[in-house]
Amino acid sequence: MRRYVPKDNVQKKAKYTDRYWVAPRVPRESIEEGSFFEEVVTNLQNRGIEILDSYIEIGQLVVKINPEQNLEAVKSMRDDSCFKMCSELSAVDYLAKDGEFEIFYQLLNLDEAKRARVVTRIKKEQGIESICPVFKMANFAEREMYDMFGIYVNNHPYLKRILMPDDWVGHPLLKTYPLQGDEAASWYEVDKIFGKEYRDIIGPELRDPARIDRYDTQRFARVGKEVPFGADPELVDKTETPIEDGYSKTFLTDYTTGSKELENRR
Amino acid sequence: MAQHQVNYASAGGLPVALTTADHLINWGRSNSLWPLTYGLACCAIEMMASGASRFDFDRMGVIFRASPRQADVMILAGTLTKKHAEFTRRLYDQMAEPKWVISMGSCANTGGMFNTYSIVQGVDRIVPVDIYLPGCAPRPETLQYAMMMLQKKIRRESANMNKNKKQRFL
Repeated sequence: MRRYVPKDNVQKKAKYTDRYWVAPRVPRESIEEGSFFEEVVTNLQNRGIEILDSYIEIGQLVVKINPEQNLEAVKSMRDDSCFKMCSELSAVDYLAKDGEFEIFYQLLNLDEAKRARVVTRIKKEQGIESICPVFKMANFAEREMYDMFGIYVNNHPYLKRILMPDDWVGHPLLKTYPLQGDEAASWYEVDKIFGKEYRDIIGPELRDPARIDRYDTQRFARVGKEVPFGADPELVDKTETPIEDGYSKTFLTDYTTGSKELENRR
Repeated sequence: MAQHQVNYASAGGLPVALTTADHLINWGRSNSLWPLTYGLACCAIEMMASGASRFDFDRMGVIFRASPRQADVMILAGTLTKKHAEFTRRLYDQMAEPKWVISMGSCANTGGMFNTYSIVQGVDRIVPVDIYLPGCAPRPETLQYAMMMLQKKIRRESANMNKNKKQRFL
């Protein structure tokens, strides 16, 4: 049999960590002379846009710029370099690491069949200029960015939550947002439909799908210890002996020498 | 009704059948359950298949209605998001009594695999559920079985809905 491992927090920590593990990185190549991408970078520089970094990643151009120049940069990409489509626009949360958001604009040139990404970084409380005048798709994408990260987009025509309801608290795609929701999220539908006073009646969310409640006489019945459907929970204790531990005390069973108790091991 | 055999000879040649009001009303209710067309996610595909010709829900008197005012049963087929919860409740409130709810599929029962911030963890937080139908997604036969179970339940209970102590909250 396998060794007993406490399974309370297996999801919180990785099972196995390699000390010599190096996270694989996408190789970055420099831009070749005379290539289409070099032309793109030159076009950007001609417009007076400061380029912090530029390289090729998996055949795509990545250009890092200052956040104040995002509108001019995207405009230059569209008008000078013929990137007619913005296929995606969003942010990445690096608040814990750098205290910054990374905002990227994924652009597509249909004539050359080339893709480029304009990347910029903003501080936590900083806003970003809307690129709606250049690409119409930015309307919804920037609303989503505001909804998910709480990034304010300046001069946006209609900056409002798009996925979550308007009275939602918090921005779910932040790394600090709990996966199963905060206090406001867990009571959202109850508060909205019935009001806060119904919280006690309805009760908290059941997040463990395998949860077995001995005192729930409506949904569970112990074999041989049955009580009437919907009976008083106190009846449960009278009909059955309580279980001391939720798990087996035996952690190792050797069938030749007998089993070891958990207590002995400690 | 069928179990009450008519003895024409004893009733003076008249086709007389005796029953109770409960039996008669529940016979009518249980054999014409009109569910609300309310597909929320992929379970709706199975619900639509149940309604279509191969599985043929109509033979059981189950006809999907597009209005809550005309519906008796609400089949909650799929993932219910918290954003949508208030509208579900509103549709439920708009249905005329008597009304029943079938929670179809894992997502509607417990939130299913969506153990996240935006999904209602079981529609019984919102509306009182009569039948929980497990599966991901349940087959059309399963939905029909659930409907038959609901029919059984209706036939068992009193026709006076006020007598049926079923709701935790109304």
